Amino acid sequence: MTDDVDHIDRRRRHFLTVATLVTGGAGMVAASIPFLSSLKPSVRAKALGAPVEVPVGSLEPGEMIRVMWRGRLVFVLRRDKEMLSRLTDVNDLLRDPHSEIIDQQPEFAVNEHRSLRPEFLIVEGACTHLGCAPLAEFEVGPADDWFGGFFCPCHGSRFDLSGRVYKGVPAPTNLRVPPYRFISDDVIIIGTEPVTA
Amino acid sequence: MHRTMSVGTALLALFLITSGLNAATKIELQPANIDLDDIQSLQRGARNFMNYCSGCHSAKYVRFNTIGRDLEISEKQIIENLMFNADKTFDTIQVTMPIEDSIRWFGTSPPDMSLIARSRGVDYIYNFLKGFYLDPGSPTGVDNRVLAGTSMPHILWELQGYQNAIFSVGEDGARYLDRFEAVTAGTMSSDQYDEFVRDTVNFLAYISEPIRSTRRALGVKVLMFLVFFLVLATMLKKQIWKDVT
Amino acid sequence: MAGLESQVGKGRSAFIKWVDDRFPWTETMRYHVTEYYASKNFNWWYIFGVLAMVILVIQFVTGIFLTMNYKPSAAEAFASIEYIMRDVEWGWLIRYMHSTGASFLFIVVYLHMFRAMLYGSYKKPRELIWIIGMLIFFVLFAEAFAGYLLPWGQMSYWGAQVIISLFGAIPFVGEALVEWIRGDYYISDITLNRFFAFHVALLPLVFVALIFLHIVALHHVGSNNPDGIEIKEHKGEDGVPLDGIAFHPYHTSKDLVGIIVFLMIFSAVVFFAPDMGGYFLEHANFEPANMMATPEHIAPAWYFTPFYAILRAVPDKLLGTILFGASVLLPAFLPWLDRSRVKSIRYRGWMYKLALTIFVVSIAVLGWLGLQPAEGIYVPMARVFSILYFSFFILMPYYTTIDKTKPVPDRVVYNA
Repeated sequence: MTDDVDHIDRRRRHFLTVATLVTGGAGMVAASIPFLSSLKPSVRAKALGAPVEVPVGSLEPGEMIRVMWRGRLVFVLRRDKEMLSRLTDVNDLLRDPHSEIIDQQPEFAVNEHRSLRPEFLIVEGACTHLGCAPLAEFEVGPADDWFGGFFCPCHGSRFDLSGRVYKGVPAPTNLRVPPYRFISDDVIIIGTEPVTA
Repeated sequence: MHRTMSVGTALLALFLITSGLNAATKIELQPANIDLDDIQSLQRGARNFMNYCSGCHSAKYVRFNTIGRDLEISEKQIIENLMFNADKTFDTIQVTMPIEDSIRWFGTSPPDMSLIARSRGVDYIYNFLKGFYLDPGSPTGVDNRVLAGTSMPHILWELQGYQNAIFSVGEDGARYLDRFEAVTAGTMSSDQYDEFVRDTVNFLAYISEPIRSTRRALGVKVLMFLVFFLVLATMLKKQIWKDVT
Repeated sequence: MAGLESQVGKGRSAFIKWVDDRFPWTETMRYHVTEYYASKNFNWWYIFGVLAMVILVIQFVTGIFLTMNYKPSAAEAFASIEYIMRDVEWGWLIRYMHSTGASFLFIVVYLHMFRAMLYGSYKKPRELIWIIGMLIFFVLFAEAFAGYLLPWGQMSYWGAQVIISLFGAIPFVGEALVEWIRGDYYISDITLNRFFAFHVALLPLVFVALIFLHIVALHHVGSNNPDGIEIKEHKGEDGVPLDGIAFHPYHTSKDLVGIIVFLMIFSAVVFFAPDMGGYFLEHANFEPANMMATPEHIAPAWYFTPFYAILRAVPDKLLGTILFGASVLLPAFLPWLDRSRVKSIRYRGWMYKLALTIFVVSIAVLGWLGLQPAEGIYVPMARVFSILYFSFFILMPYYTTIDKTKPVPDRVVYNA
């Protein structure tokens, strides 16, 4: 009889121990959630990282301005017709002329001009090699394979007038196009995707 | 025996400590009777605050979109009705009046309202807003029962009207404020004005701790979990201690 | 039955053997956990040591996460706390846990010390445990004081002003000392920054070291019990005290129950009354520090109030400071002031019981008085109860000698 009681006791003891440990463990996991979540961007971070409105109507053809979004430099370039015509000339010189690496741009930028509207180029001013800010070199030449674009002074990476990376340079991918859309004909907002119809 | 002594002294200690809670304030305050769960009241209070107070008083820790989310006000309504000089809904409630000007006009800069309900208490603010009376000797033409010598004018005079303070002399020979007498009528009746102030004070209580309702709801769940856990742990303890004779 | 035998060390896995060859793992687990024997008749007064450790862990974790978002500068401190409360995800919960934890740590530590007074746990051979504990108590005071400055509210600032200026009462070196503590001619951004370093880095390290020593000293001698009997005086053939039971699983399973009950009370406060009527989060501290306007009524945090009342009871600044210090220090001498042959209150005479009751009432009344303005009848009251407080200690050698004690049993009183 004592053996039976011992047996039941031990099973019950084991069950209760496991049940208590599991409950306690679940409690500790639940208790850790607030702490781990507190590391996420705060309301202030999200506010400061909010989309940025940029008026583009007053940009002259061929003019570029620099704006900041989420602590990153963004180039806003209004290409003239002549610059746009040079875009096709370079395809053979480029690593990824058709923007096949999808991480580098939203869907609407998978085209030759890498933008919503051909005349405006909006790209992040960060070389995809190690992050330096490329310089604007929009004139053709003097090198015979240079048709205008961006040149990174740090390690010599070159990008065309759509921010597409040349072959044979340290940078592996095209300059990133951030999400943006036009909220009117003259104003873009960087940081939000276009509303799909 | 020593157990009863310990309990007795603990109770005595508790009584003495809790009776200290009402120490210090000598001015009698009417209770404000706010209801923080009354969303309509809070919405009216938000409107009152932005229209009458935010010209001078900032609430610089409070964001418009927080108010919108908690008080069930749409973004469009916030932008049209509540945001006067703010740009984005995530902006905080700031004033347009420069500090130097306010110091010149009032001698002090009007305090920020984000935490006033926690530092002064809702009853104090309620009685303050109802407590202005005519005082020809004061630069603003009024004084206040709750805060004598206040630099704040009677902003809500159009709603409440003006009142005189009737003083009496008490048993100890000191002068005290006996009651108010209405002099001019405002656009609101006494009850309407009380409700207006109550809504405003309710809003101030809300902005002093917007997370309050979330905190209480979560507390219920946490305690329920702990009760369950306690039952298990007690059963386990009893089981293990069966060995001990 | 002697109880569950320790399975630790039997049939050790290869991994554990590998560790044991390089680190005293199994040895430590046996000595401190599974073969550490404590009396079977512990009552709930014995939960407070464990609770103090639990709360300390809570303070460490919440404190570290607060430090991630808090800004220790006079310009930004107050705003950074509202940032934590409103903008940081779950920041409000972390803040409330930390502020509630601070008050609960004092409640638990006071009750923990009171247990020692009930059962004579400071008496030989445990005097050193008590001394180390008193050191922890002093560090706790300093840690709470430094921490309270950090929100940079009105009470933070003016409370610090009052307490730091106490040091100015010391003759000759007073003023220079005060300036050295502040690092400036007034309590400023500089003072705040260094108090941040004390609160976050220096004092927590000292805490951990002292608590380690406290537990090592305890385990060397063995725990006391509500009967004040040394259980090691009666051992079985296996060397285990007859009245002892292993810390694990017996005391661990019982402590778990106590910890959960504590967590329920703690959670009730955190989620439903974090301000605690203005005692855990003072009203005046919701206003940013204003060096030009002293609040009407400066009161220290509730856990300092008994000693503050004693300070104010004395009309002379220097003497008041000395007696304030003495009131905090005097309990350290209990092992030598208490002359009774008997440890536990269960076997003491009526004199000690009366003295202890008067002591508890005095502390409670002094605590309440510390919250009131120092005027009217409160002044003589504070003096009377201060005298009673000191008398408890100063007269102790006398009344513990002549007090008629009851005979102490050989074995502990345990009702299953």
